[in-house]
Amino acid sequence: MSVDIVPADAELKLAARVIELVRGAAGAAAEAEVMVRHDAEALTRFANSMIHQNVAEATTRVRLRLHVEGRTAAGSTTRTDLDGLRSLIERTIAAARLSPHDASWPGLTPPTPLHHSAGYHGSGERSGLDFGFDEATARATPAERAERVRHFVRAADGLETAGYCRTTYTSAAFANSAGQAVEGRAAEAAMDGIARLSGSDGVARLAAGRLADVDGAVLGARAAAKARAGEQPVELPPGRYPVVLEPDATTDLLNMLAWFGFNGKAHAQRQSFAQLGAEQFDPSVTIIDEPLGSRGEPAVDLPFDVEGTPRESLVLVREGVTRALTHDRSSAARAGTASTGHAGEFSRTLGPMATHLRLEAAPAITEPVPTPADPAGPVAGSARPLVARMERGLLVTDLWYTRVLDPKALVVTGLTRNGVWLVEDGAVTAAVGNMRFTQSYPAALAPGRVLGIGSESVLLPDRWSGVRYAAPALHLASWNLTGNASG
Amino acid sequence: MSHFDDAGTAVQAALDAGARYADARVVLRRAEAMTARDGDVEDLDSTESAGLGVRALVGSSWGFYAVPDLSGGATRAAGRRAAEIAAASATVPGPPLDLVPTGAREASWASACEIDPITVPLSDKGDLLVRATAAAKDAGADLAEGIYQIWDTRKWFVSSDGHRIDQHIRECGAGLTASVFGDGEIQRRSWPAHRGQYGTRGWELVTELDLVGQAPRMAQEARALLTAPPCPAGETTLVLGGEQMALQIHESVGHAIELDRILGWEAAFAGTSWLDLGRLGSLRYGSELMNIIIDPGIPGALGSFGYDDEGTAAGKRDAVREGVWVGVLAGRDSAAVAGLDYAGSVRADGWARLPMVRMTNVGLEPGPHTLDEIIAATDDGVFMDINRSWSIDDRRLNFQFGCEIGYEIKNGKLGRMLRNPTYTGIGPRFWRSMDMLSSETVAWGTPNCGKGQPGQIGHTGHPAAPARFANVRVGVRG
Repeated sequence: MSVDIVPADAELKLAARVIELVRGAAGAAAEAEVMVRHDAEALTRFANSMIHQNVAEATTRVRLRLHVEGRTAAGSTTRTDLDGLRSLIERTIAAARLSPHDASWPGLTPPTPLHHSAGYHGSGERSGLDFGFDEATARATPAERAERVRHFVRAADGLETAGYCRTTYTSAAFANSAGQAVEGRAAEAAMDGIARLSGSDGVARLAAGRLADVDGAVLGARAAAKARAGEQPVELPPGRYPVVLEPDATTDLLNMLAWFGFNGKAHAQRQSFAQLGAEQFDPSVTIIDEPLGSRGEPAVDLPFDVEGTPRESLVLVREGVTRALTHDRSSAARAGTASTGHAGEFSRTLGPMATHLRLEAAPAITEPVPTPADPAGPVAGSARPLVARMERGLLVTDLWYTRVLDPKALVVTGLTRNGVWLVEDGAVTAAVGNMRFTQSYPAALAPGRVLGIGSESVLLPDRWSGVRYAAPALHLASWNLTGNASG
Repeated sequence: MSHFDDAGTAVQAALDAGARYADARVVLRRAEAMTARDGDVEDLDSTESAGLGVRALVGSSWGFYAVPDLSGGATRAAGRRAAEIAAASATVPGPPLDLVPTGAREASWASACEIDPITVPLSDKGDLLVRATAAAKDAGADLAEGIYQIWDTRKWFVSSDGHRIDQHIRECGAGLTASVFGDGEIQRRSWPAHRGQYGTRGWELVTELDLVGQAPRMAQEARALLTAPPCPAGETTLVLGGEQMALQIHESVGHAIELDRILGWEAAFAGTSWLDLGRLGSLRYGSELMNIIIDPGIPGALGSFGYDDEGTAAGKRDAVREGVWVGVLAGRDSAAVAGLDYAGSVRADGWARLPMVRMTNVGLEPGPHTLDEIIAATDDGVFMDINRSWSIDDRRLNFQFGCEIGYEIKNGKLGRMLRNPTYTGIGPRFWRSMDMLSSETVAWGTPNCGKGQPGQIGHTGHPAAPARFANVRVGVRG
């Protein structure tokens, strides 16, 4: 059983048809934008070393946003026949006409060609159909996902395992009444699993544009090595510790910075710490949003946002200096700038957010790094040079259930998960029980507080498909651990 | 218009393709949400979603497939695909699996609704949010935000065990938040709860909230919080308001008693549970005041339904009785694996998601006291209410919650307002320290419970009342 691939320009034709119907129903002056999006998501989930949930769906959804007579409303439907489209148009027009005047309507995206990444040229200036799209991933079968699960389970060599293997395929087109018309498609593969032993969990994750790049056996072995090294943890007293965050933990910092720091709406509402032009991070920190993929990796999302604005790379932090914020058309108009292509369905309310962040890796260390006594130990390869230079501190694999106590200072509480170890004189000396932390993320990354960055940014998935991080390990001077998970 | 035949076609196709059990749900859902900011409508969005999800059991392995197309060809293909996916699951199989019986049933159910929220004019609904946010802004809020949300869901469920059940569930709710910006910090007050109050009711629920009338107080209290002293750090007696108690129940009891977590089915993502099935019926969870009920039959509560998404009729069950853990939230397969004989807590977020164990209404039976009596009986402590942040570990033991507002309690009276109140603890120790519980129960609704992969958003209800806890660590800061 394989996923059905949508024929080229089918969604663009449907979007144009909706624009035509809107003109007929609301008049030529109505401003309309339409996104037709087909998503096929399949996820094979395992627990207790068996596949216990295995799902797939294929949905086409039409979203219409309409600005008519100075008023705005949006709606969507999964009914793509003529009756469904007419119903969507009628209720959206009715909703707009009953809405209050929208003084902040930013207008429609004018006709604008897509940006093409260096590695993946599109098939035309309005088309992202050839954007590194891997059709084999889009067409992946349940058997192919199950095979990777089987390899993960076997590589864990008897340890209990749990996790998922996911493939997604998105094909979409955008059109508006101002003449913008673009189309694109993307595919993503991801695997995320844990191995468990006597209360000790180890994790391994990977995101990729090609399922062929996901090796369940490699991930299963890595998760198992961590689980084995995490047995019989000790408890440490709460306090401020130097830490090496492995790439999985680093993604949480990137996610929080995207939501609460670089979010153009949050900034306009004085809820963000970000100050453009200010040296807010250590000079070693450079953060880029890369929605088009990079360095040979296909994009996992569309080359345009829900307002039809072409996406492109955006440097948010360059060598410690905050350089940019993410904007949709509304937040950009308020800030007197241009959209950066970060509109989402709910960005007028939640704000526009970066969803493809890369924290730049450091140049590879040239001096020799001691080979760990146990090559199958708990330290991720990309974190080893940082661990080797840590006098005393903690190696943290993953962060969990992080929530913001104060959005302005971006003080976050959460717990460690999937493995913590004490490092002394550059070597892991003991497994440590999970701990709760309460820490300002910008303060942790402030000038002088970043002692090292790994030389490899690992591609990691988010819980939501279409979101991806490129994260290296991070050596931070201080992390505020406020309690043991056991109390 | 009935969609039993569409669901039945998918079920039959799955059986024909080798499934030994199959069920299917056709779901039509309309949703509407509006947000307002500082006296202007900010966003208005309405969605319509229709489709079918079919589940097939081949051997001991499940498969699920969902499509938005209800034509005969599409529903037949969906049934076949679900069985094919189940066959792929069987290449990494588990032990033999049965389903606890739920009884073939043909039934129909609808939630009670006085004023259909979808039919209330948008201009009226918009006017309410505009007036409420303007009132908060006028009273000193730097940022005033309002929201309402409506869901109108119709479902047709068919199973190869003989179920044919249709349901119509209408849900809605609303809320208001006033924020003020200080020097490097933000304070906020929300009414009536963080993200608002929600239920399986009509628009009458929203009008009863009095958003406009409460808006000025929210702005004034948020402003006062900026200059209030911080919550002191240390161990003290903690009194929680009802809304925060609802969150406390949700996170440290509701999720912990989900049988799929206890069995390890959520280990890699949502996590497991500290509860050990071997101690069901004997483990002391909390003090004798702690009586937690699972009840999807509470009229108007957000987690209410007539039948769950496996066709099990809504039924009331003890989860904790006089402090002892006695029950779980279960589904037909998880209950069978655990050796239990009841299910009834399985739901899916729409037609495109797999039904899984979810909270329904999980809440506390009323206690013998009132909030006034609890305060009067407390010599020294802190009162907190309205959730602001929540974090709990993957076994549902170690939690840290922040509230919007706190007050010191001195000699039986509320004293100074306290800002940034937080508290932390370990679930069973915390619940065992509960020594006073109010009778002033409200069924709070949580419309944003995340679980599952792919992600699902669940709607849950939590009857809760103010309560007192001894020797709790408060004032945790970064």
